[in-house]
Amino acid sequence: MRLEWRINGEGRSADIRPADLLLDVLRESFGLTGAKPGCRNGDCGACTVMANGLPMKSCLMLAVEAAGQDIVTIEGLANAPAQRAFIEMFAFQCGYCTPGFILNVHALSLAHPQADEATVRSWLQSNICRCTSYEEIREAVYSVLGSARGTIDATNG
Amino acid sequence: MIGFDFDYYRPSSIEEAVSVYQRLEGQGRHPVYLSGSTEFITFARVGLMCSGAVIDLKGIPECRMLAAGEREMTFGAALTLSELDDSKAFPLLGDTGAGIADRTSRNKITLGGNVCSRLIYKEAVLPLLLTDSDVVVAGSSGIRRVPISRLFDREMRLGRGEFLVQFIVGSSYRSLPYASVKKRKASAIDYPVVTVTALAAPQGVRYAFSGLCAFPFRSEAVERALNERGLPPEERIRLAAGMLPEPILSDVKASADYRELVWRLTLTDVMEALES
Ligand SMILES: Cc1cc2nc3c(=O)[nH]c(=O)nc-3n(C[C@H](O)[C@H](O)[C@H](O)COP(=O)(O)OP(=O)(O)OC[C@H]3O[C@@H](n4cnc5c(N)ncnc54)[C@H](O)[C@@H]3O)c2cc1C
Ligand code: FES
Ligand code: FES
Repeated sequence: MRLEWRINGEGRSADIRPADLLLDVLRESFGLTGAKPGCRNGDCGACTVMANGLPMKSCLMLAVEAAGQDIVTIEGLANAPAQRAFIEMFAFQCGYCTPGFILNVHALSLAHPQADEATVRSWLQSNICRCTSYEEIREAVYSVLGSARGTIDATNG
Repeated sequence: MIGFDFDYYRPSSIEEAVSVYQRLEGQGRHPVYLSGSTEFITFARVGLMCSGAVIDLKGIPECRMLAAGEREMTFGAALTLSELDDSKAFPLLGDTGAGIADRTSRNKITLGGNVCSRLIYKEAVLPLLLTDSDVVVAGSSGIRRVPISRLFDREMRLGRGEFLVQFIVGSSYRSLPYASVKKRKASAIDYPVVTVTALAAPQGVRYAFSGLCAFPFRSEAVERALNERGLPPEERIRLAAGMLPEPILSDVKASADYRELVWRLTLTDVMEALES
């Protein structure tokens, strides 16, 4: 079946099987290999993308379920505050988990620019880093929330 | 990758879902209903679930309904656990759901999918058992509203071709004191060793458990023992332990002895909190 999505701001279409996972369609039909297959079981968060503004594990979503939705992958977040923060804070080692973390942090900063500690914890528990860069990731997360807060303050001011 | 092909249907009404099911069933396609589809995908990938056609219920407005009226609250079966938690419509349900999986997964996992899960935990059913909720079920003979105690016995007992549309909970339950405590073995995201939920109703405290036995349950006998206020809590818990519907689960996650210890300690804390 031929389906359409809005991916990183552009209308895209592909012929897929209803059994195809969003993760595989992004990687194989569109070459968006920033969505990483890890556990493929919903446990690690490496495959996280944004679907209609929410972080979603693309291994837990059929591509057909996401038809017509607005999908953002790491390729669509070049120079976003979350990406810059991860670079500035050295919040990665091998980098395999990084796209998933950045997508989640980006979505968090949009949904809860003033997120408290409990909200940050709850959202970030969805991603696992095997290299255990957690301390640096934490700093990157708070610097993004800080910058989101800065934007809001500037707008309000 | 899912190693078999299936057709995907996304009906936009209850009637359409029922008729699509009947047609596919008649063609020998063994259709399955889906709402979050997370369990279907993970099971299908490893060959634990197979079907020639899936019917996604997310497009049916009644299955997505969330309403908190003066008398009743309505929770559509295709609402996600994140939506239920964020709505703050019914904190006991929101908090218990928020203990399941992780936030990103909960953006997809649904109330109906969790309650009908093939796994033994089904933690989201606990608040629905505690509140004697009604279940709205649709099938070829129409739509029926049934007390959950008549449908849920270790698992949801639905007729062939039936699906869950909504759960309806009395609004008076919203303001009652409650506890929802999940004990995991190691990490913050895991299936429970035990989950204890309790609700302080005027007639006594109600209790429902997941992880303790191989199915979630609420039991009158256990509740009666735990409400024998003339006895000290340890004695009441000892009596309740003798009335469980099945021996305590022993598996790779926890031995029966360990589970029982965690259950006793958690229950002691919950009783103290809700009886004071
Ligand atoms: C990382 C992770 C951690 C998890 N941890 C926990 C945990 O700690 N505790 C816990 O309880 N669960 C846990 N789970 C399991 C998870 O809760 C279930 O697999 C999930 O709830 C299924 O929900 P779904 O909406 O995606 O269901 P689906 O995949 O859509 O369906 C699941 C089953 O229910 C049936 N079904 C779905 N909707 C309906 C309906 N409306 N009417 C009738 N039948 C229906 C389907 O046919 C299928 O058999 C975890 C899952 C993940 C991915
Ligand atoms: S690959 Fe999707 S959660 Fe691990
Ligand atoms: S940086 Fe290697 S897994 Fe996180």
